[in-house]
Amino acid sequence: MSKDNSEYLIERYDNIYEVVIGLEVHAQVTSSSKLFSSASTKFGAEPNTQVSLVDAAFPGMLPVINEYCVKQAIKTGIGLRAKINKRSVFDRKNYFYADLPQGYQISQFKFPIVGEGTVILDMENGPKEVGIERLHLEQDAGKSIHDMDPQNTLVDLNRSGVALMEIVSKPDMRTPDEVSAYVKKLRSIMRYLGTCDGNMQEGSLRADVNISVRIKGSDVLGTRCEIKNVNSIKFMQMAIDYEANRQVDLIEEGKTIDQETRLFDTKKNETRSMRSKEDAHDYRYFPDPDLLPLEVTDEFIEKLKADIPELPDDKKKRFIDQFKVSPYEATILVSDIDTAKYFEEVVAKMGKNQDMKLAVNWITGELFAVLNNKNLEISQSPISAKNLAKLINLIKNGTISGKIAKTIFELMMDGDQDPQKIVEEKGLKQQSDPKALEALIDKIINDNREKAIEYKQGKEKLFGFFVGQAMKASSGKANPQLINEILKKKL
Amino acid sequence: MNIDLKTIKHISKLSRISVDGQKAEKLASDLNSIFEFIEKLNELNTDNVDPLTSVAETTLKFRSDEVKSKNIREQIIKNSPEDNEDFFVVPKVIE
Amino acid sequence: MSDITSLSLTKLVKNIKEKKLSSEDVTKAFIARSEKSKELNSYITEDFSNAIDKAKKFDEKPNLNLKLPGIPVAVKDLFCTKDIRTTAGSKILENFIPTYESTVTQNIWDAGAILLGKLNCDEFAMGSSNETSFFGNVLNPIDKGLVPGGSSGGSAAAVSGQLTPITIGTDTGGSIRQPASFTGTVGLKPTYGSCSRYGIVAFASSLDQAGPMSQNVEDCALLQEVISSYDIKDSTSIDFKRNEYSKELTKNIKGKKIGIPKEYRVEGMPKEIEELWKKGIEYAKDCGAEIIDISLPHTSYALPAYYIVAPAEASSNLARYDGVKYGFRAKGENLIDMYEKTRSQGFGDEVQRRIMIGTYVLSSGYYDAYYLKAQKVRKLIKNDFDEAYKKVDAILTPSTPSSAFKIGEKKNDPVSMYLNDIFTVPVNLAGLPAISIPAGHDAAGHPLGLQIIGKAFKEQEILNLAYAMEDKISFKNKITDWWIK
Repeated sequence: MSKDNSEYLIERYDNIYEVVIGLEVHAQVTSSSKLFSSASTKFGAEPNTQVSLVDAAFPGMLPVINEYCVKQAIKTGIGLRAKINKRSVFDRKNYFYADLPQGYQISQFKFPIVGEGTVILDMENGPKEVGIERLHLEQDAGKSIHDMDPQNTLVDLNRSGVALMEIVSKPDMRTPDEVSAYVKKLRSIMRYLGTCDGNMQEGSLRADVNISVRIKGSDVLGTRCEIKNVNSIKFMQMAIDYEANRQVDLIEEGKTIDQETRLFDTKKNETRSMRSKEDAHDYRYFPDPDLLPLEVTDEFIEKLKADIPELPDDKKKRFIDQFKVSPYEATILVSDIDTAKYFEEVVAKMGKNQDMKLAVNWITGELFAVLNNKNLEISQSPISAKNLAKLINLIKNGTISGKIAKTIFELMMDGDQDPQKIVEEKGLKQQSDPKALEALIDKIINDNREKAIEYKQGKEKLFGFFVGQAMKASSGKANPQLINEILKKKL
Repeated sequence: MNIDLKTIKHISKLSRISVDGQKAEKLASDLNSIFEFIEKLNELNTDNVDPLTSVAETTLKFRSDEVKSKNIREQIIKNSPEDNEDFFVVPKVIE
Repeated sequence: MSDITSLSLTKLVKNIKEKKLSSEDVTKAFIARSEKSKELNSYITEDFSNAIDKAKKFDEKPNLNLKLPGIPVAVKDLFCTKDIRTTAGSKILENFIPTYESTVTQNIWDAGAILLGKLNCDEFAMGSSNETSFFGNVLNPIDKGLVPGGSSGGSAAAVSGQLTPITIGTDTGGSIRQPASFTGTVGLKPTYGSCSRYGIVAFASSLDQAGPMSQNVEDCALLQEVISSYDIKDSTSIDFKRNEYSKELTKNIKGKKIGIPKEYRVEGMPKEIEELWKKGIEYAKDCGAEIIDISLPHTSYALPAYYIVAPAEASSNLARYDGVKYGFRAKGENLIDMYEKTRSQGFGDEVQRRIMIGTYVLSSGYYDAYYLKAQKVRKLIKNDFDEAYKKVDAILTPSTPSSAFKIGEKKNDPVSMYLNDIFTVPVNLAGLPAISIPAGHDAAGHPLGLQIIGKAFKEQEILNLAYAMEDKISFKNKITDWWIK
């Protein structure tokens, strides 16, 4: 297997295979109520407490579409630079399952609301374009619980009827890293737009992964397998790795690959055929006669376009232009809308004497480490952008050293304290008075005369010793640059 | 058109209605006579005709995104064949 | 007043408004007659004691401004009624008690009416004779041996037999008009989108439409006025200006152009029907209407197209009856076994047959050949009407190709049963309004109906035509009350 991150190839004897991957991402639309009913979509409610008569498919109940969900889908389409279809049609996908109360899912088959678009991935070796095939609106199913009762399966319909966007990519991805970048980018775009919260733990974002392999350089697609319902990026990558190798092994053994639906077993780290779904599927799609074609006007779309915020790609460009950050730094800063917001607020609060390098380093270094450690989102940061900006300014104007800043940073976390106050209360202000420092250094040289002589005789390593002594004597507050200068002069 | 027993089996499976031997034969014979009558449509050339799915001459009306249906679990569960206060219950499904 | 149940709705309303009758008097009279009419098997569920309580309550504080003040009404058991069992004539819903009310029935109660009970119908409205009901067939008050028609057979029998002053049915392919024709009563299928489908057990969503059934046209107009409303809970409900049909009713139809479609002169049609149609044309002329020969060239394709579209939609609409949330459940070894047994034991033969047809025409490889083809034919049929309506205001045809047939006569021959809807089905495919009025009798004295088909949303127009013709026809139903001992 290739070690280079930009290439993911599978080698067997003389054959080099590449992997072709396409994704069907199911993203839960952010909305208060369901796609066709007025029941709540809130996560984590008691079972069957957010189920309307429509969601449970009672006789004579009819679907009525939620305008906000339509807007959310169109906005997402705009974010994916995709064609918005002014006329789309809801179809019924017919199959029986315990958590599918209607006996059909309302989806869009022939005429989706959003057509072709593109997503740009920021890969290490440059941008990579992934094509979007379509985006359509559909209903989520309920939940079957198999492990609560030994004899029975229990069904909770709270999710039944929640709006989903199915975003289908073209088979444009070739590596697990690209898949990871693609999902992260989709998530980022939707979070910028506020159309999906992207919360994978709560199931707001899941994907079916389509994988096939072929000899590198071939332009014929191999037989693909679809791995259903993978709910984390890590699992997607693991599943791809397993499945791609499984397919290559089959080919190498001279066997054929069956086009089938597979399941990723996270415990065994393997994919396996879903026997329960083996019944030849025939969904008997047809236009839902309870609903009319969904038609939107140019005006409706234009209004939504006007509402679209600056998206990650544009923001990245602006950050590079306006703040002179590197493309790499910009990618990190814009990847999450809240990070970008935080950064811009820090920049704004830094005032005139801005230091972008410091701002970027403090956010992506110290702050990210803390958030990671405490498992917090940046929106829940214990240190506000305003106070971080103040801290950076204190470093920039020489009031404190970088080292002291780290101590202050720790203290700030306790209730988002003002760094200025901490400096004053704890007397942590940097000593930058040359006269006082000279006196301090004179005393140190005096106290360590032998070492001073050794240094002068050429034992240059001892310079560090004197710096250390000076910092110690000043309780770390001495301006390290001045100490260096004075020591050099005096020794 | 000939709907054989294999086809009957297939559609009975899709529609989740069990069909035993005798019933299958009766169905096959009924469906064959019905389709014989339906085949009349083949007399018509419809190549350049748009399909009509709804006669309602209007477009889909929107609902605003408000939560109006509250917790009606009791109502929802009340008519279900198995007694359980919180869930619908079906025979164990093995994935 | 001894003969309360023979009074028309309009007269009952008048008497109640003038305080000559109380709601209790009227309600008790219809209940008493219903009690004596069990043999007809019109009711699936009676709600008589509640009805009397409601009538008494109405009389305590009568609101006489309402359109149906204290009027007792029994309705087809396809309309969901809150806290009252709703079966759709099926075993699978034998014990189903809705916690909600259909919009159409709510409109009736809001107008002051009182529920008498739920009326028998073909299972899930699939049938033309009321013989597919799990609760047994209904007898035609005209003659013991005859079917009342279907699927609104219980409703037609109840109006004809005077067990309820008026009722509502549903019409997917003729289920109001055909039984009205078989029982000598009036039945209107409104324009698709006129009456809300919310809370009506669905058969074929793009065709289903609720409508009034009554003893005369005036009553029909009044009931249509009450039940038709724009409803945001039904996405196919249409927001158009609804007339006050009963107030605007007029016999003046002078100069109206009535089309006579030659394609309705079908092979093997009994002479009596042909003569009835001719008589109808004469009546229309007498009323001052102008008769114009027209052509609806795709008429003969309507029925085959209907038997693709309706079963296709039904196969999907009836998927929800799976034994999980409500209704009948058979024991099964696993989920699939439970589904298959539940649906096999819970649905009757005709329903199973139609689910199978529907499943087949939608299945992979057949969709284009059947379903899509039928949708295209549907378009041609609608085009036929659009073309015709450039020349005429309404179309006059027989309602059915025969009078009421004998119980059991067509039970084992689905195609000959389906052929009974030949004149009514095109109207549903095109979404138009149509009314059936009794217009004469065959040699055996069994009633025959004429159908007036209107332009979309022009219910007033066909009600006026029917009103004027009714006057000329002066039809008298020949009912002997044979079932009352």
